Amino acid sequence: MKLDAKIPEGPLFEKWPKHKFNLKLVNPANKRKYTILVVGTGLAGSSAAASLAELGYNVKTFCFQDSPRRAHSIAAQGGINAAKNYRNDGDSVYRLFYDTIKGGDYRAREANVYRLADVSVNIIDQCVAQGVPFAREYGGLLDNRSFGGSQVSRTFYARGQTGQQLLLGAYSALNRQIHQGTIKSYNRHEMLDVVVVDGKAQGIVTRNLITGEIETHAGHAVLLCTGGYGNVFYLSTNAMGSNITAAWKAHKRGAYFGNPCFTQIHPTCIPVSGDHQSKLTLMSESLRNDGRVWAPKTKELAEKLRKGELKGSDLKEEDRDYFLERKYPAFGNLVPRDVASRNAKEIVDEGRGVGGSGVAVFLDFAESIARLGEDSVRAKYGNLFDMYEQITAENPYKQPMRIYPAVHYTMGGLWVDYNLQTTVPGLYALGEANFSDHGANRLGASALMQGLADGYFVIPYTVGDYLANIGPKPVDDSHPAFAETKKAVEDRIAKLLSLKGTKTVDEYHRELGHIMWEYCGMARTEEGLKKAKGLISELRADFWKNAIVPGTNSEFNQSLEKAGRVADFLELGELMVDDALDRKESCGGHFRLESQTDEGEALRDDDNYAYVAAWEYKGDNTPEQLHREELVFENVKLTQRSYK
Amino acid sequence: MSHISHPNTNKMSAHMNLTLKVWRQKNANDKGGFVTYKAADISPDMSFLEMLDVVNEGLIKKGEDPIHFDHDCREGICGMCSLYINGRAHGPKRAITTCQLHMRSFSDGETITIEPWRAAAFPVVKDLAVNRQAFDRIQQSGGYVSINTGGVPDANEIPIPKFIADEAFNSATCIGCGACVAACKNASAMLFVSAKVSQLALLPQGQQERYQRVQAMVAQMDEEGFGNCTNTGACEAECPKEISITNIARMNREYFTSKFFKEEEIH
Repeated sequence: MKLDAKIPEGPLFEKWPKHKFNLKLVNPANKRKYTILVVGTGLAGSSAAASLAELGYNVKTFCFQDSPRRAHSIAAQGGINAAKNYRNDGDSVYRLFYDTIKGGDYRAREANVYRLADVSVNIIDQCVAQGVPFAREYGGLLDNRSFGGSQVSRTFYARGQTGQQLLLGAYSALNRQIHQGTIKSYNRHEMLDVVVVDGKAQGIVTRNLITGEIETHAGHAVLLCTGGYGNVFYLSTNAMGSNITAAWKAHKRGAYFGNPCFTQIHPTCIPVSGDHQSKLTLMSESLRNDGRVWAPKTKELAEKLRKGELKGSDLKEEDRDYFLERKYPAFGNLVPRDVASRNAKEIVDEGRGVGGSGVAVFLDFAESIARLGEDSVRAKYGNLFDMYEQITAENPYKQPMRIYPAVHYTMGGLWVDYNLQTTVPGLYALGEANFSDHGANRLGASALMQGLADGYFVIPYTVGDYLANIGPKPVDDSHPAFAETKKAVEDRIAKLLSLKGTKTVDEYHRELGHIMWEYCGMARTEEGLKKAKGLISELRADFWKNAIVPGTNSEFNQSLEKAGRVADFLELGELMVDDALDRKESCGGHFRLESQTDEGEALRDDDNYAYVAAWEYKGDNTPEQLHREELVFENVKLTQRSYK
Repeated sequence: MSHISHPNTNKMSAHMNLTLKVWRQKNANDKGGFVTYKAADISPDMSFLEMLDVVNEGLIKKGEDPIHFDHDCREGICGMCSLYINGRAHGPKRAITTCQLHMRSFSDGETITIEPWRAAAFPVVKDLAVNRQAFDRIQQSGGYVSINTGGVPDANEIPIPKFIADEAFNSATCIGCGACVAACKNASAMLFVSAKVSQLALLPQGQQERYQRVQAMVAQMDEEGFGNCTNTGACEAECPKEISITNIARMNREYFTSKFFKEEEIH
């Protein structure tokens, strides 16, 4: 199949308005004859479900949590970008577009990103109208801040809980429609497969997580709003339940997977404290505005720090290496996420890491406290300092914080065209679940923007065109494809439950995480990736022999849930490695050691790799087929990023 | 935040051995009861839920059913985790959820009792997990502003005084965990309901449906079987987000005021 991104013709700023006009509309009286299935209730899912139900469609929503409000969008801290230019500081839709394309290291589609920047302004209006309590100034108008090294202040925020407030806004819109009977919500339900009838997505198979009942749901279109797959690394800032299963099943039913190796590793997370660690906690990168990153100059000093013979504050100025300031005098501690993360890894690899495990560097506020006073620092970062102390039992006002990078976001995801449709007609992917807008690196405060743009302002138009074309013929689950897909799901569950080996599912997950982190993490080499491929494949084979999955299907069985998700991660991991092997250049968060400048920075290869890698599933134990969507840049000039 | 007496975790801290008395209940219809487990070699740097993970790994290896409990983000914001620990909702420390509680808050040799939220409106699903859908239904009855996507005014068209916006934010921080209900001897949901009523009553966007909203949400709360408020303040004391009971006072005011209007004036 030839990939067609369906990017509209014409100048950048005319593409979306013209496209909207060209899209077919569904007659208002016919809308109620259509059913749309929305899987996942984070920002993308809740906003899409509410908006579609308001238009008159019947909607069913599904989430594995006990309430739609708990989707992991809720944990986003920093803020949401919008090109409002309320500050009169030179922002514009075009500038937000440009910053996002450049920040993504020129591996995203111009047309999609421009549309994202264009609708960003409507998102803020919508959220305020819902009663989202954004931060305000004394004059009563909305406050903004600069975020992630941006030169304009375009980030709207709600203390350190922006994701929570935006999600509760979308959840309230969802609740209004549930109350009106246009949405039926299925909580504690996990989607386990897509039903494809005559080449079109026409339903899903779900498991009721409390009773174990395997259900089929028919619909005219299926929207996957199921988030990212950072948990393939075991430890990440994702929620424990975040998983790839829905998107992976869709992939195996014909949806191509875009840029699977593009992972964002966030530099300011609290380090691992031991083998018991179950997840990692992010601290907002705003900390780098006032904190200085450093490591001891010598391995000997690092060793003393690790043993507790010295404390960070004991080290003299001349024994400290402020490595970001040293290497990047222009940007210093504010270099982009990928650069800051990679440099911390280098320090640890050299044996200069600190903390009990030696896998951390310092983020020091002593100078800011001396300059601004402890109260000022507390006013700015108090909640983050408290959180740090809560987890580590160290007082960051007295001792430098210890930080280390952690997996935070996945730019890759299901390949979608300009209409957010996957390569399976009728199957759409929104938010972090798709690959579309962030290229090889996502800018801070852009994830919330994309989730809500897709749900509130893109899908209501594009899905209508598809529905108008297929017509309001009723759908039900009588087609044999439903029974066949349901049977496949039941067989897999039975197979998982038959595993009564010796190793727990968590042990496999942890091992997979180690492999991914070591070989497909912050720095990747051909040799390492090839090794990882073998290791993952061995681990997967061992899982299906020696894992233990206790209990039965007909009960609340968290072990079974986890086993299914880890089994899918074990397949995804190998695809990520294949993708990282294919892309011999470095770009954004993907750093191939073979492709770097003389100064050790990421070196892109635009002649050979300015494409989206879209992978097609060809059957178990068969290599996936790579399709390339060439990226065409008509408006921006490709340049090498430099932060020296 | 209170002072924590562990200035240096660079040194390996001594591990602990604990006894757990855990509520086990197969499903909503099972009677349930306490089962005692040993939690050996527990690091004080573990979170409470990581300690349970370790116990569960041991149970799985022995071929037993692990202890079921709800959890997801493990950073105190999703509201999924619960647990009544030694008679306290979310455990002994103030202003945090169970997932943020660390084992250094306990001592070697201690016996820890772990129960689910206890409330008629929160039936047990299994072990320590309960069904909180009553909370969703209360929100569905009126916890929103009735606007559609699109066609809304510019975000800066209606200025809101900062202190009003801040106060609304304080109410909006509720994570819907249900600790307020679990902590209350009447299993009242007044703090939860009043937080949403307050947020929208304070903001200009919420004015149009102000009185209809409070009536609908209170009616749904009553229908779900939550108890009444007798001002013990336990909800506020145990709320991980420190939501104030002044919200309850505001909701009562809203509710009484709404009764002065005729039916057709508020609907």
